[in-house]
Amino acid sequence: MTLSATGNVRIEHEIGLHARPSVKLTQLAKTFDSRIEFAASPEGPWVDAKSIVKVMGSKTPKGTVLHFRAHGQDAQAAVQALITLVERDFELTS
Amino acid sequence: MTSRNPKIALSNVGIVIVSHSPDVARGAADMVRQMVGDVVPLAWCGGAPGGGLGTNVEAILAAIDQAWSEAGVAILVDLGGAETNSEMAVEMLPHERRARVVICDAPVVEGAVMAGTEASAGSTLDQVRRTAEELRAR
Repeated sequence: MTLSATGNVRIEHEIGLHARPSVKLTQLAKTFDSRIEFAASPEGPWVDAKSIVKVMGSKTPKGTVLHFRAHGQDAQAAVQALITLVERDFELTS
Repeated sequence: MTSRNPKIALSNVGIVIVSHSPDVARGAADMVRQMVGDVVPLAWCGGAPGGGLGTNVEAILAAIDQAWSEAGVAILVDLGGAETNSEMAVEMLPHERRARVVICDAPVVEGAVMAGTEASAGSTLDQVRRTAEELRAR
């Protein structure tokens, strides 16, 4: 059975989705089995959240509303966890 | 000059950073540690035995040993001799280890962070190398 989930969250971290936030996001995404993507717009283009090179290459700035979509058994948990990470400023202090 | 790595028996792919400059190698390793965390075996080496810029096979072998993981080791190099000395070091490894060490064709600093991130997720040696080398294809 394949499940799907979507969700969105605004990036408030000062420098946006740059080096350290990108690593955090990718590491978390990789703990889930589901296919996980995000985009700065509901129309895409969609970025593979498990690819550190593509996540960092997206250069997503502060203020962007990140749209997540996931497909797989743990899709719901994956989207929730990623939204929480962004809400917590990627668990970074700077 | 090589780093000390207190972490042992980690199952994630290890990362070795080889630069002509010990400062570059140490700095790149710091970036991996601070961005990726402690879950990846990591070692660096750089500098000539008598000081100054350079790389040498013995230090590279020691770094591979420090970062060793049963999942293998990915080496990031900067220029010329760093690559050829790394190739020599790999050839000098025991036969059973040789097939589990790769030299990535990627920029040393960025490649180390990308490879480290991939390795931290428990990816295979081949996946780690492909992620580091993906930088070149963009």
